[in-house]
Amino acid sequence: MTGSLLFEAIVFLAGAILCVSIAKRFGLSSVIGYLLAGVLIGPYVLGFIGNEGDDILHFAEFGVVMMLFLIGLEIEPKNFWKMRKTIVGMGGLQVGGTMLLSYILFTLLGLEWKVALVISMAVALSSTAIAMQTIKEKGLMDSTFGTASFSILLFQDIIVIFMLGFIPLLSNSDGNVSAENQDGHSNLLNSLPIGLQTLAIILSVVLIIVAGKYLIVPMMRKVAKTGVRELLIAAAFLIVFSISFLMEYVGISPALGAFLGGVVLSNSEFKHELESTLEPFKNLLLGLFFMAVGASINFIVIANSPLTIGGILVAIIVLKAIVLFITGHLFKLKLDQKLLLTFSLAQIGEFAFVLLAFASGLNILQQDQMDMMLVITALSMSLTPILGIINERLILPRIGTKESVKRPMDHIAKSQKIILVGFGNFGSTIGRFLRSHGVETTILDHDSSRVDFLRKMGFEVYYGDATRIDLLESAGIAEAKIVICATNKISVSKAISSLIKDKYPHVELLIRTKDRFDAYELLNLGNENIYRESLETSLTLAKDVLSKLGFRKYTINRQVRNFIKYDEDSLRRLATEPNHDDDYIFKVKKELEQQEKFLNEDFKRGIVEYDNHWDSEYIRAILKNTKES
Amino acid sequence: MKKILILFSHPKFEKSRANSALIERIKDKEGVTLHDLYERYPDFHIDVDKEKELLNEHDVIIWHHPLYWYSCPPLMKQWIDMVLEFNWAYGPKGVALQDKICLNVITTGGSKDMYCSEGVNSFSVNQFLRPFEQTAKLCGMKYLPPFAVMGTHKLNDEDLQIYANQYSKLIGLLQNTVERSDIKDTLFLNDIEKLKIS
Repeated sequence: MTGSLLFEAIVFLAGAILCVSIAKRFGLSSVIGYLLAGVLIGPYVLGFIGNEGDDILHFAEFGVVMMLFLIGLEIEPKNFWKMRKTIVGMGGLQVGGTMLLSYILFTLLGLEWKVALVISMAVALSSTAIAMQTIKEKGLMDSTFGTASFSILLFQDIIVIFMLGFIPLLSNSDGNVSAENQDGHSNLLNSLPIGLQTLAIILSVVLIIVAGKYLIVPMMRKVAKTGVRELLIAAAFLIVFSISFLMEYVGISPALGAFLGGVVLSNSEFKHELESTLEPFKNLLLGLFFMAVGASINFIVIANSPLTIGGILVAIIVLKAIVLFITGHLFKLKLDQKLLLTFSLAQIGEFAFVLLAFASGLNILQQDQMDMMLVITALSMSLTPILGIINERLILPRIGTKESVKRPMDHIAKSQKIILVGFGNFGSTIGRFLRSHGVETTILDHDSSRVDFLRKMGFEVYYGDATRIDLLESAGIAEAKIVICATNKISVSKAISSLIKDKYPHVELLIRTKDRFDAYELLNLGNENIYRESLETSLTLAKDVLSKLGFRKYTINRQVRNFIKYDEDSLRRLATEPNHDDDYIFKVKKELEQQEKFLNEDFKRGIVEYDNHWDSEYIRAILKNTKES
Repeated sequence: MKKILILFSHPKFEKSRANSALIERIKDKEGVTLHDLYERYPDFHIDVDKEKELLNEHDVIIWHHPLYWYSCPPLMKQWIDMVLEFNWAYGPKGVALQDKICLNVITTGGSKDMYCSEGVNSFSVNQFLRPFEQTAKLCGMKYLPPFAVMGTHKLNDEDLQIYANQYSKLIGLLQNTVERSDIKDTLFLNDIEKLKIS
């Protein structure tokens, strides 16, 4: 419509803000909002965005790259290695199964085998962007379904390299391969013999690992020292850009390279800084990506053959769903975890755009086949969140782990209702101890395997996101006397705290916190009962150390009590000090400053100065002084 | 009106009928501070400064506890050890408690006739309470005879109510002035004329 960059930016941003906030209001995933915004501003509704949609799509794919970098950051190499069986097993099964079935489907539809093969490759891949975004939004990353999805997606990201390497072999006219190279990037690999290709890939992976250790980390240290905030952002981007460039240069998907880079840096001290710096950019770019997908849905193609497209779309989704369900079954996922997996990965992913464009550039696909597949891909991506809602609201409540189970009232007085949010390590100890005193708690947890187990043990358990008001209400927050937040997610604790302050001020809230800074935040929200998870344990350990050095246990025990009191007092004193920057780097700096202050004060206070009981020497000294004076 | 501090020590208050009856009656009385030591210091870590402050604010100090193995429960001994500091409660400069009134309120399972030279316990309650008497004395406090509820194993709820009433009356008496003549040679405050229950 208009070439003005500013105007396009305004259209995208306004569309995003409008549609995402509407979607959120209806309790839908933000992905739906972005997709709708894309359709709305796209060429077929308002027409603000025309053909440039494709360019934007390419640009926005960078959001996917960044997302994988961030995912990599969260996975330490050790865990990555631990997951290798699931990655290869589940991923291989899913990709292989889907390719086989869709190859049969498209051959039956009368396509040439080469075309059917290329399409089946594209179909086998799911959308990392949509699936991971939804999983993260729901906080299900560490559930069994979350890891399973992640493993499969990761396998796909790896296998796509091989697919891109394989497709040229199908080409009818080998001659123009290098000329038609994807996106005009100089691709080192194709100009090299096979052996060297592999070597180049291995070399570049090694390069990322080595550079991560000896180049990136020292650079970040220098940057952090300057204390200039925007340099940190620049450094973060520099890392991601460089890795992507290198990967594209040797012909590996930049997303995979970024993932590797993330894994390498996940053990460094800058993990959290990189995370907090890139997170907002990633989200915005992903949003842009989803909008571009929405805008690229070609409604003219749909209008021309709605039945064929609809039919193929449904067939593909059903076929992918079946393979996913079987994969989940073979890997012994629970029924509702299987369903979640099935519904969240049943779409065709963003890599399909790349594969299809690549194949069409090699004249394997014809233009109309390509258009149709692009539309189907975009549609299937748009359908994912809707399928997810259907699964969550209609199917799961019936067959999976139910949100709540009606249980006959037992003899324990229900008038003293206690709600326990989170039944992990911390919460389970609380629950067990309370139960040993005949005090039953109503538990809220979002891990369905745990929920089922707890129900078997006779607990009243509600399954789902504890920040949802309606879930808390159906768990009976209105009649509760006490709510215990045993999760270490500050966001959950804060949400519950403000809900209680707003609507149920009679409920007493007891909160576990991770550290001092989370404690400050919660104290400043007016919460009194804050329990720092490591305070008592670390002091117990310190107590044992001193005891092994020959200190008397009882004396040390009393000193520990004093120390805790002193520390709690200082916590409350410091909480009121203004502290507005959330930046991780400044937080860390501040924490170190505080530690230093504490250590100095502790040293000055000494250990026995304020404890003279049962100390005959002390009395003798005073008596001596009194006599002398 | 004198201010009364009841330092109550019972490690298993929730199971004690006798003490529940006594405490229930006096806990809301005006001018009375009930300080439940086992509730306040479950880990025996006594806040000495706070305790000194409380003592400063009151005129009558009551050690209210069951008699265990002829003495007080351990937390109360801990309280004595920690709070009655040298040069504060006693010693050359220890005058903080000077002239306050102090007494024990005790409950015993065994009856009065078990606590005498012929009984199984060989000594009288007053003899067993000597350490407390002397502690009060060393701190310059006026020590009164104990108020005792004895033979609690055999007391029914009605009996306990009678004792509770008596305790309440005693508190009233202590809030005003206790005359020397009231006490005379009584071994137990239960026996003084003004508290006699008809």
